[in-house]
Amino acid sequence: MPVRDAGTARVWQRRERAQQLAIWACYLLAGMTFVLCWNLVSEKTIWAFVWDAHNQAGDLAARMVPPRWDYMEQLWWPIWDTLNIATLGTFMALVFAVPVAFFAARNTTPSRFLLRPIALFFIVSSRSINSLIWALMLVANLGPGVLAGIIAIGLRSIGFCAKLLYEAIEEIDEGQVEAIRATGASGPQVLAYGVLPQIMPAFAGITVFRWDINIRESTVLGLVGAGGIGLQLNASITNLAWTQVSLILLVIIATVVVSEWISAKIRHAII
Amino acid sequence: MLRLEKLEKRYRTGDLALKSVDLEVPDGQIMALIGPSGAGKSTLIRCINRLVEPTGGKVSLSGLELTGLGAGQLRRARRRMGMIFQEYALVERLTVMENVLSGRLGYVGFWRSYFRKFPQSDVDEAFRLLGRVGLDHMVDKRADELSGGQRQRVGICRALAQDPELLLVDEPTASLDPKTSRQIMRLVCELCKERGLSAIINIHDVMLAQMFAERIVGLKLGEIVYDGPPDGLTADVLTEIYGEEDWEATIRKVEDEGEEDGEALDAALKHDHQAAILDRDRMAGNT
Amino acid sequence: MADLASAAGRRWHKPPLIKSPLLRWGLGLGVALYLAFAFGTTEVNWERVADGIPRGVRFISAFFPPDFVSRWDEIVDGIAESLWMTVISTVVGIALSVPIGLGAARNLAPRPVYYFCRGVLAVSRSFQEIIIAIFCVKLFGFGPFAGFVTLSFATIGFYGKLLAEDIEDMDPAQAEAVRATGAGWFQWLNYAVQPQVLPRMIGLGLYRLDINFRESAVVGIVGAGGIGATLTTAFDRYEFGSAAAILLIIIAIVMAVEYTSGYVRKWVQ
Repeated sequence: MPVRDAGTARVWQRRERAQQLAIWACYLLAGMTFVLCWNLVSEKTIWAFVWDAHNQAGDLAARMVPPRWDYMEQLWWPIWDTLNIATLGTFMALVFAVPVAFFAARNTTPSRFLLRPIALFFIVSSRSINSLIWALMLVANLGPGVLAGIIAIGLRSIGFCAKLLYEAIEEIDEGQVEAIRATGASGPQVLAYGVLPQIMPAFAGITVFRWDINIRESTVLGLVGAGGIGLQLNASITNLAWTQVSLILLVIIATVVVSEWISAKIRHAII
Repeated sequence: MLRLEKLEKRYRTGDLALKSVDLEVPDGQIMALIGPSGAGKSTLIRCINRLVEPTGGKVSLSGLELTGLGAGQLRRARRRMGMIFQEYALVERLTVMENVLSGRLGYVGFWRSYFRKFPQSDVDEAFRLLGRVGLDHMVDKRADELSGGQRQRVGICRALAQDPELLLVDEPTASLDPKTSRQIMRLVCELCKERGLSAIINIHDVMLAQMFAERIVGLKLGEIVYDGPPDGLTADVLTEIYGEEDWEATIRKVEDEGEEDGEALDAALKHDHQAAILDRDRMAGNT
Repeated sequence: MADLASAAGRRWHKPPLIKSPLLRWGLGLGVALYLAFAFGTTEVNWERVADGIPRGVRFISAFFPPDFVSRWDEIVDGIAESLWMTVISTVVGIALSVPIGLGAARNLAPRPVYYFCRGVLAVSRSFQEIIIAIFCVKLFGFGPFAGFVTLSFATIGFYGKLLAEDIEDMDPAQAEAVRATGAGWFQWLNYAVQPQVLPRMIGLGLYRLDINFRESAVVGIVGAGGIGATLTTAFDRYEFGSAAAILLIIIAIVMAVEYTSGYVRKWVQ
């Protein structure tokens, strides 16, 4: 109790003294870590460039306006590719994520000591690695193109979808499952009647949520050669065609806003 | 003395919640505000400390006009009006002591309050209040660990820690069981008497209002339709306020219990410090 | 008995998910058409893919065992740089996102401030880290400083939005009660808002630390410092053993951060 009797008055403090000291020590440690990290980064920084940044920014901004509107004609096809990468990648992810999630969920896994750890490791690996790095690997192996993009998005999304899905499965109401099992239903029947109806809303929500994220991610996959509008972005930046760059950025914002609007609508309709 | 003159509130939706309300509450008076849901009771008391901004009329407390104060002055004025809330409205993740001390926020600077370094006199007063309501053994419990009645008593302490002249009490018993409701109402009234505070108690339960208040004001659709003593609440008056219903049972019951509780209230008024401590122990035992 | 007899021939179907048959078939057809188009227009160079398969096999076999040794110094350097970058960008990003998040909460900020802050958040969230990184490299030169600015900016969008939403969802009764005591604005933040949002925000801060580390592996691709540069080099030189080692290290660190943050989150609650 942080209440002490000091002579006649009862003194109240928010915390015990030892606890308070420990908290100050943590703050100190955190501060020192921050300063250390800052020094290490600043050692590798050429500060002259940083101080000159505002000139650079002004220069760049001036060269980016006005956007080159007629370049739009060449962008429709990449936009279509981008959409396909996101959508087909999401489909692919779902196909794999569902079984992985059932293997990973504590209450549905067929083998707790073999399949579940494997599924969990698979989920972590898929989530730890950004889709751009997946794309980098796939382009190195399969060559540049939309296919690498789709698979990259798919591989990255499997972990994400499976994680959210298996958490949803673990949170289902066991009573309903028990009731179905009590009717004498077989394993798959229990899944179909006891588990699936409970996770369908979560499943739909996760799909839309991930699709929205995938649209954003697929806009940049082209930077490493995996198709979509990022290819044009990369080419324009390499050629210093800044008026094209600004148009592409506008297109990306528009795509993201539209996809966000659509996913919000769908989520609304589901709930 | 609290005075409302032609107080009016129109919400942005166009609903007129208060229609030119005139009201005077003398110092030390306990007034109950009754009326059906949507009559404007909550709006009325929130217009007094301007948690809801009135759209017309004046509010003045002891001669100071509250409507038209700037932000800083309003803060200083709010210190003089303690408020007790329906669902207790304690900050759930703070401890009991922090909640009570938050009543002193208007008196201390930001950094003092940030580091929880309140003046010792404030802490003493907080302990005294918590002792008075029988909660001084729960100082370091988090507010969300308490029961409903306990939370409301912490809420009362927070309001009184402000050292107010006036208590604004918004449905104090709405989420409590009947017994705890009475205990809380009794506590509020006793504390008002001890400290000579006036109070506006906004309450659903007509019986409780009659039991504890000295004066009843009935509000209907933003207008005062009754203003008088508790025993003036006849079936006709209740019909006027709430609409057609068989009120006889309510009134008879109130009259029976009213006598008993009148005595209880008298006794409460005579409570000296000793009795207060006894009372506190009893409450602590009840929890 | 008559009822029973008439009920005998009654058939039952599971009611469809979408009531209107027109919409149902329309949606189905639309999806089918889209898929057909999407697959039809996806250009795949199958010869190139076939070429890639042996290389893919070589890549996967590089994981058994991964080559930690030959590029060890570069790997350590890259990982360290990623970690420093992650720490400072998370701290700075969160520090900056607090005022912006407060400004973007509808129940706190006046309208013009609200729209301005929401605008900042929207811009920050629309662009992938990598696009911001390209521009930061142009402005600040190659190296971790560009990465730091990128990740800080991205953190603002993520953390500021969640903070604003959390504040909008807080319990208004508690906030009102503290305001009624005559508390000043900052006191009100400290006593009414902070206790309600802090536990969740600490959890999200740790989550963001985790994300920033993962992203720091990416911004290196365009030259903004961190392990990404080392990784790209490894791929460019077809040194799959080193690449595998780097990927495994990233996975291990992400797992460690995730485990720790789960523990801390439980402790904070």
